[in-house]
Amino acid sequence: MIDALGYTFIQNALIAGILVSITAGIMGSLIVVNRMVFLTGGVAHSSYGGIGAAIYFGIPIFLGASIFAVASALLIAWFSIRHRERTDTFIGLVWSAGMAMGVIFTDLTPGYNSDLMSYLFGSILAVEKDDIVMMAILTVIVVLSVHIWYREILAVSYDREYASLRGIPDKKIYTAILVLASLTVVVAIKVVGLILVIALMSVPTYISERISGSLYSMMMLSALLSVLFTIGGLILSYRFDLTSGACIILLSTVAMALFTIAEKIFGKRGSSIS
Amino acid sequence: MSLVHLESVSFSYGRQLVLKNIEFDVEDGEFTAIIGPNGGGKSTLLKLILGILEPDRGRIEVMGKTPLQARGEIGYVPQNTNVNLEFPITVLDVVMMGNRRKHRPSSLGLWDIFPIRYNDIEKKCAYTTLEKVGMHRYMKKRIGELSGGERQRVMIARALCSHPKLLILDEPTSSIDMDGQKLIYSLLEELSGELTILVVSHDLSVITEYADKVIYINTESYVHNLDENPINMPIGDGHFCEVEMMQMLGEKR
Repeated sequence: MIDALGYTFIQNALIAGILVSITAGIMGSLIVVNRMVFLTGGVAHSSYGGIGAAIYFGIPIFLGASIFAVASALLIAWFSIRHRERTDTFIGLVWSAGMAMGVIFTDLTPGYNSDLMSYLFGSILAVEKDDIVMMAILTVIVVLSVHIWYREILAVSYDREYASLRGIPDKKIYTAILVLASLTVVVAIKVVGLILVIALMSVPTYISERISGSLYSMMMLSALLSVLFTIGGLILSYRFDLTSGACIILLSTVAMALFTIAEKIFGKRGSSIS
Repeated sequence: MSLVHLESVSFSYGRQLVLKNIEFDVEDGEFTAIIGPNGGGKSTLLKLILGILEPDRGRIEVMGKTPLQARGEIGYVPQNTNVNLEFPITVLDVVMMGNRRKHRPSSLGLWDIFPIRYNDIEKKCAYTTLEKVGMHRYMKKRIGELSGGERQRVMIARALCSHPKLLILDEPTSSIDMDGQKLIYSLLEELSGELTILVVSHDLSVITEYADKVIYINTESYVHNLDENPINMPIGDGHFCEVEMMQMLGEKR
């Protein structure tokens, strides 16, 4: 495995894995505490439409997927602010309509597109320098934002009505969380694929939520766990010649199962990290 | 001077009339209870006073201003039914929520730019407020580990932290045991010397022990001053009391 570090594509995969894990850990924590997991799943799947459109029109895939993801996130946010009780139906609609558009665009594109499969399940070993630059920019934006606006984000996530009464721009912060979560989904697609992206954002978060005393430690611990699962998954994938995205997710799921069993045996929340 | 003044206030959700010609005043320093059946418009009335909703007709003044202008001087304790107990948040975080950052002007440090932790001034402010509600020893505890009554006292501390003139509470004792309820009402009674309190409640038998005035809301409003006309509440369940109250207020209308 150590020899493998000499290959550029392995180095790129590790850097990409670490960057995406940090972003996914932080944004994953925010989507879990804001109960936006299903919403983010909808955005992830709808971005398939953007990938299909990008291939059809010959524009960069990252751009196509980002436009689709952010547009669907804003559409869902706009709808959920007005008709909160029908949000899940609308998410389901955006979810499947986006995927359907992706399939139609693929049908219309001449030739066979093997690329599309790699977006479903990820292809971390095919990460290029441009992808890493995008990932690094997003990681810096996410890390800085949650540090500068930590208190506002905490207030909106815990009690939106109260935050709004105290003069915090709750709608703007909610929308910003949604947009950043969508962009995280887009960059994470390269690593684990759009079908598995939600697991990367919610499994480490589930574990850290149970043992963290504050939202901040939950975000940091989730990021750390994501990094560990991603590197562990990459090692498994390299060692046994398996799909990397699936290895990362299965490793996290096994860790979550072990954690749940340990929690049952040793009792709930012995001490929390603040 | 009346702190809250409502004049012919009406409000409807679509075609459904929820509040009709509501008129009452809450005087400075008074402890007022709003009672009434479910769906009678109590929570809607609070939302109007907080400026979350706007009336279709009529006028609302809070401290001589519009509800929106007065918002900064209102402390609000929402109903405790929608609390996410799994949320990793400490008592200190909850109490400081929505407060302006406090720092010494001469010592603007890294934590003021990245305000993850609270500085000494902020911690002292939170401690003093939590002391008032008897929860100062729980500052570092996770909110989900507290009992319903303890959580509600923390929520009252959160509302008091911004030094409001008016404290509004929506069903502060729902799903809290009898001892917890009494503790919260005695706390409110103590606080009523310092500020004006407006509380929506179901527990008519308990609230009449503490409040100066009761406003019964069921689309329309009936005001009853307990200082002038105390009520000897019959011992029994809340529904019985409510029927009695309605009959009595109906006669006095």
